Amino acid sequence: MSDTIILEVARFNPEDGGEPSYQSFEVPLRPDWMVLDGLNHIKDQLDGSLAFRWSCRMGICGSCGMMVNGVPTLTCETLLMNYAPGPVRVAPLDHFPVVKDLVVDLDDFLAKLQKVRPWVVRKDDFKPAREFMQSPAQLEAFHQFSLCINCTLCYAACPVSGLDPDFIGPAAIALAHRYNLDSRDQGIEDRLDIVSQHEGIWDCTVVGECSVVCPKHVDPSLAIQQFKLTATKEWFKSFLLPRGKH
Amino acid sequence: MPQYTQYQPKEHRPKMSAYWYLDNWHYLRYALRESSSFFVAYFCVLTLVQLAALGTNATRYARFEAFMAHPAMIIVNAIALAFFLLHAITWFNLVPRVMMRQILARPTPDIISSAPNYLVWFGATIILALFITGVL
Amino acid sequence: MSAGKRSNEPIVWILFGMGGFLVAFFLPVHVLFYGLLFPAGMVHAPSYQQTLALVRHPLARVYLFALLTFCFFHAAHRMRSTMLDVLNLRHLNTVIAFLCYGGALVGTVFTVWLLMTV
Repeated sequence: MSDTIILEVARFNPEDGGEPSYQSFEVPLRPDWMVLDGLNHIKDQLDGSLAFRWSCRMGICGSCGMMVNGVPTLTCETLLMNYAPGPVRVAPLDHFPVVKDLVVDLDDFLAKLQKVRPWVVRKDDFKPAREFMQSPAQLEAFHQFSLCINCTLCYAACPVSGLDPDFIGPAAIALAHRYNLDSRDQGIEDRLDIVSQHEGIWDCTVVGECSVVCPKHVDPSLAIQQFKLTATKEWFKSFLLPRGKH
Repeated sequence: MPQYTQYQPKEHRPKMSAYWYLDNWHYLRYALRESSSFFVAYFCVLTLVQLAALGTNATRYARFEAFMAHPAMIIVNAIALAFFLLHAITWFNLVPRVMMRQILARPTPDIISSAPNYLVWFGATIILALFITGVL
Repeated sequence: MSAGKRSNEPIVWILFGMGGFLVAFFLPVHVLFYGLLFPAGMVHAPSYQQTLALVRHPLARVYLFALLTFCFFHAAHRMRSTMLDVLNLRHLNTVIAFLCYGGALVGTVFTVWLLMTV
């Protein structure tokens, strides 16, 4: 077996005014190397101008997501060996504006994330004297949806987020759902005002690819469909009892 | 959004392909699953035509049956059946899972949520088949 | 997007969902017999009188009404989203919604009329 592999890396430099293109690099193919190690080899040894994000190298910071052979992937936990004999095509995440090379602009995502209020919202002036107790069942209700690391692979996998830039998107809705399900939270009405608009849950047509690519098995697709059930229940409640406070 | 200056030049915004559903098998399966709706609409209209023929007289109904026996109609209906099966399987694997999770408020194995639907499907098919063929 | 109007989509979504179950449970056996086995002569089709008697049974009328109505709305909702997503016709959203749900409504009216006169 060859001890090197070709990485075809997407290059884009806004200052050139040029169009994006691919550049091929030959990197060592080692059994313990991840795709990210190949990129770091390029940056250290072959071309220091290559731009990409990474931090923890252990699948928890969520910053090294890229399209690897067309699939949204965390490059720090995907073996280069999986793609032997290559070549491997590495591109920035789909459906995001590209800042440079493999770096995408996350401003829009972060704004959407903030809008759904992904934190514990209290409507009373509850001042806990000690830790808020939660039973194992109450924890289990939302635990899976709390594992999101905001890597945005789900946005790159979701055709709807590519077709409709206003779609709030899988991760943000899954996190909204995570707080709705939290026994400490009282912010569901605020979130429904945002998430049950058309550009929220109703834009989703259950392609399901967000859940396939999620490295943390959050299953955003499930969260969105559950959110639809909740929103539907609330809609009928306010339809039947229009002046009721609910 | 920031206003772009000379120090923050323009970003590259890739356009999505009009044929994005051909990019991978999952997208294609999704597009096929959604296309089943056109066959659902077709078959509902066909059933209305059948009801209209039934309500008119025996001659009209015989003409409807002759029309259904045309090879082209049989091919279209075979395709419709394939789409209905695709719909049924994807539906049973997805929707009960969402409902079960909502009711139980904890993760459940897919087999527990899907299996009852396959049983109901099987039972309903047998019972309807008996009525349709005139056994019952 | 700020806190704004909640969508009225639940009304069509719940019809879509009910229809989805009915399509899955019941349409395959319908098309199997009326579309394939009877016309191809593989199973002997009941006579005109038998079929008419079957359809005229009150329970059959209720069943066909529920089946066709929900299936029409199921198809309408999904045809709409298919045209928006797969064919990328988002700029025609209003026209498409009007045609799809309007078509389902017309289908429902015909269903009621035919089931009452059959």
